[in-house]
Amino acid sequence: MINRYDNLIIEFFCRIIAAPVFTFGVYIIFHGEASPGGGFQGGVILGAGFIMLAVAHGMDFTLRRIREKMILFLSCVGVFIYGGIGAACILWRGNFLDYGKLPLPLDSVSVIRGIGIMGIEIGVGLTVMGVMISIYYDLIDPGGIQPELSGGEEEEQWNSF
Amino acid sequence: MKPLKLLGLITVLITGFFLIYGVSDMPNWGDKNAPASTHVSPYYIQRSQAETNAPNFVSAVLADYRGFDTLFETTVIFCAGIACMMLLRKEDDG
Amino acid sequence: MEFILSKFNYWIYIIMMMIGFYAMIAKRNLVKKVIGMNIFQTAIILFYVSIGAKKGATIPILEAAHHAKIPPESIEVAKYINPLPHVLMLTAIVVGVSVTGVALALIILIYRRYHTVEEDEILRQLS
Repeated sequence: MINRYDNLIIEFFCRIIAAPVFTFGVYIIFHGEASPGGGFQGGVILGAGFIMLAVAHGMDFTLRRIREKMILFLSCVGVFIYGGIGAACILWRGNFLDYGKLPLPLDSVSVIRGIGIMGIEIGVGLTVMGVMISIYYDLIDPGGIQPELSGGEEEEQWNSF
Repeated sequence: MKPLKLLGLITVLITGFFLIYGVSDMPNWGDKNAPASTHVSPYYIQRSQAETNAPNFVSAVLADYRGFDTLFETTVIFCAGIACMMLLRKEDDG
Repeated sequence: MEFILSKFNYWIYIIMMMIGFYAMIAKRNLVKKVIGMNIFQTAIILFYVSIGAKKGATIPILEAAHHAKIPPESIEVAKYINPLPHVLMLTAIVVGVSVTGVALALIILIYRRYHTVEEDEILRQLS
């Protein structure tokens, strides 16, 4: 694990590139229906941004930005958005995942279906982002992850791996 | 080379031989009239813009026509994340 | 010769699949087995994507303005490659990443218990 101020070039470069990476991921998710991209790809890019921060700045820095409970919450919310949009179509007398029946104030059915596609891609993106960061956090840390405990004991446990 | 590895190599070569034998029945690369490209994909290519207002056919098929597939695909990767967490995380304080 | 050149995508995927299969069977290291599984998976993904290819066609995105009303009959099917294998493989890639994550987690647990990832040494400790 790289300690703080160990490698100034990597840290500085990641600090510069982080904001464009996250913006690009959100762009990929929201523009997925009109250009190459979609929920899976954008979610992977967002997750890779957080993994980049964790590699360059260390786990403590990243855990202060996005906690593990927050990651789990985001991935649960992603699946819930997807299933919720599907179930909401049943309430307005459609089939499951029949977005054309959603009561949006738009004139044509096809536009409403496009909005539905965008909605479920947000859900997919959140889930994929959460799972990517969660798998990385679990694989990289030998024990439970706690940002306060960065003392000697955990360092020793890390070095033994 | 150990005998077990030799057995593995022979198995792999036999599998590869049968696959190469089956290649002669497959369509050529870039064939416009391949069976995979004539059954349901013309419908997707022609109708998805009119029906779902999405110029990207892949997104339209992924999220609309095959939405059920994608829903459970999302559930599968969510379960994989949960499985990693249950396997590797030691203590849990809430 | 024409048999090889016109179907080279299948040859490439068969060779990649044999490499991955051999790594899964013959290698003793568990991490190498997981890498072999990934190579196998990449070969299958390549096979599916190459099935959807059409000569002279472009990516499966409609070449038009975003909200243009185009009659469905005027869209030329041969101009766009088959989007269906791309959809299937898009989900398969993400599932492959999940499978790799779970497999690496299991390998970490095996290492914690037996202090090795070599298969024969684990079997020696078990017996």
